[in-house]
Amino acid sequence: MVPLNSAPRIFLGIALTVLLTLAVACSPGSTGTQSGGNISLQGAGATFPNPLYQKWVSEYGKLNQNIKIDYQSIGSGGGIKQIQSQTVDFGASDAPMTDDDLKAAPGALIHIPTVLGAVVLTYNLQGISQPLRFSSDVVADIFLGKIAKWNDPRIKTDNPGVNLPATDITVVHRADSSGTSFVFTDYLSKISPEWKTKVGVDKAPKWPVGQGGKGNEGVTGQVKNQPNTIGYVELAYAKPNNLPVALIKNASDKFVEPTIDTVVAAAAGSAATTPEDLRVSITNATGANAYPISSYTYILIYKEQRDATKGKAVVDFLWWGIHDGEKFARDLLYAPLPADIVKRAEARLNSITAAGKPLR
Amino acid sequence: MSTRTSTAAHDKLKFVGRLRRALSPTGNAGDAIFRGLMFCAALLVLIVVGGMIIALALKSLPSIRQFGFSFLWSREWNPVKSEFGALPFIYGTVVSSLLALLISVPLSLGIAIFLVEQAPHYIARPITFLVELLAAIPSVVYGLWGIFVLAPFLRVHVEPPLAHWFGWAPLFQGPITGIGMLTGGIILAIMVTPIISSVVRDVLAAVPNSQREAALALGATKWETTRVVLINGAPGIAGAVMLGLGRALGETMAVTMVIGNRAEISASLFAPSYTIASAIANEFTEATQDLYLSALVELGLILFLVTFVVNGLARVLVWNVTRKSGAAA
Repeated sequence: MVPLNSAPRIFLGIALTVLLTLAVACSPGSTGTQSGGNISLQGAGATFPNPLYQKWVSEYGKLNQNIKIDYQSIGSGGGIKQIQSQTVDFGASDAPMTDDDLKAAPGALIHIPTVLGAVVLTYNLQGISQPLRFSSDVVADIFLGKIAKWNDPRIKTDNPGVNLPATDITVVHRADSSGTSFVFTDYLSKISPEWKTKVGVDKAPKWPVGQGGKGNEGVTGQVKNQPNTIGYVELAYAKPNNLPVALIKNASDKFVEPTIDTVVAAAAGSAATTPEDLRVSITNATGANAYPISSYTYILIYKEQRDATKGKAVVDFLWWGIHDGEKFARDLLYAPLPADIVKRAEARLNSITAAGKPLR
Repeated sequence: MSTRTSTAAHDKLKFVGRLRRALSPTGNAGDAIFRGLMFCAALLVLIVVGGMIIALALKSLPSIRQFGFSFLWSREWNPVKSEFGALPFIYGTVVSSLLALLISVPLSLGIAIFLVEQAPHYIARPITFLVELLAAIPSVVYGLWGIFVLAPFLRVHVEPPLAHWFGWAPLFQGPITGIGMLTGGIILAIMVTPIISSVVRDVLAAVPNSQREAALALGATKWETTRVVLINGAPGIAGAVMLGLGRALGETMAVTMVIGNRAEISASLFAPSYTIASAIANEFTEATQDLYLSALVELGLILFLVTFVVNGLARVLVWNVTRKSGAAA
């Protein structure tokens, strides 16, 4: 046989290769269509409530064998993006969506609060056994770099009788952008006008001082391993790790320890002023027992569902979540919703429709 | 083909020939497929690299339009105010990587020379194994070890003496925390050492023995012989260093755990810093505004370009070295 010259031979080779690839790629077995009465729901978003949502998914799955829910904890920002582009049936975010974010979505979105969390201050000071106490302005000035020594008179005033060292304070903050930072800076902006103008509220603000740690575990590692540091982490992270946690003076001038009950108190204390759409910041809440750096975490869902079957399944799941699901919260160190907020979330769920008809 | 013998060897040959013809009836198709496959593989690299550049450039357009070249030398990185500048990240990336090379290259050369030129087999084998094991440790493990072991160690045992003896230099001034550029550089050095040393080891082992014998025959000492070997292996060694540098520039997890993640340029090695890869990893997941996202993508583009430039410079370097050593020989 006469040998082909090289160019056609290469093309022959490419053609064969492409055919081979196509044959492999098109072979059946990897397609994921739903069949029968099974419904599969997709959710994505915040990492903070992920342990709870996974628990919900598995418990709800036991009760409703035909419903498969897949929640991916890709971060609040990702959750917002995915619900905006309608690639998921529900999104999840720690911070409520901004007006701009809502406008960027193709339809009206509803916020359903699910549980509450809190941000706590943790520190590393040798030889101090009782928990430290901070006034709100002291917290702000430490993170602004204006209070630079542990034995600053203002820290001393909050902690009479505590032998504070004359060392520099090293501030540790989150380096990765996170809902935790958002809640904390939201709190600082409310209590300190200077913080509000100089730094502002963000998941990854430009911190005036300090060093960044990656994730709760990074901040904890840096605080644990460096003396004279102060940082902030999730309550649900601090508790199981036995970190020293500071008491913070709330809007009612009381030093409050962060616990699940004081977080619920913050939500209950601000229930009266919570707007209709439930998008609310409850930092610096009033109430004698309210822990001031608390926040809701939300599930995001379209008010008008495109698919009635799926829409009903999501609404039923969320209804179950804010009622029966709440009992799993405490074990996982989340604060459950106060009763009147559950009532108001019910109203929001009831307003969800498909083709104009309510789903519940 | 028509003659018949009954020897087993011939039967076997015939069988192989038949098999070959069965697999490629034309006698050419097999070759053609092979060539095609290999060509596709090579083409794929070009497509991927090209696709990356195009995607990065397109996605960073909003940021490029907004900030222009000032993105490269602005020191402000403030998502709240939508102000973005890359200089602190570029600085942190380049300096931490250079610091890593400064520590790691002499160390790696030492390891490789010892293993190839000096160590007896029963020592060289286990050491080689251990060095290569270092390369297999996941970077997040390095990071955790960095936070919990290396950083406290440096804070207590290394940084205070450095500040004491060399405190007159701006490099070693400022508060000592154990978290910062120095720790980042050291953890990178530990991570790239196995890569550089194992490639250099292969390079040195590939230098023909005749070179060593010739040097020894001329009365060279062990050290002089080693120098001859090193000069012969220079291009390969430079390549190994570049490989290490590539790893250092792009390393994310381990560095971000110990470098302090602060977008500021400080002369002190004790101060916290930030690298491009860490910034992208830390902020990308939660960036929702378009400009913010675009600025992060542009950071990625810059990292890509920095790697390109560094590799280009390395090529020139290697070319220069080989030309010189070629002239000398």
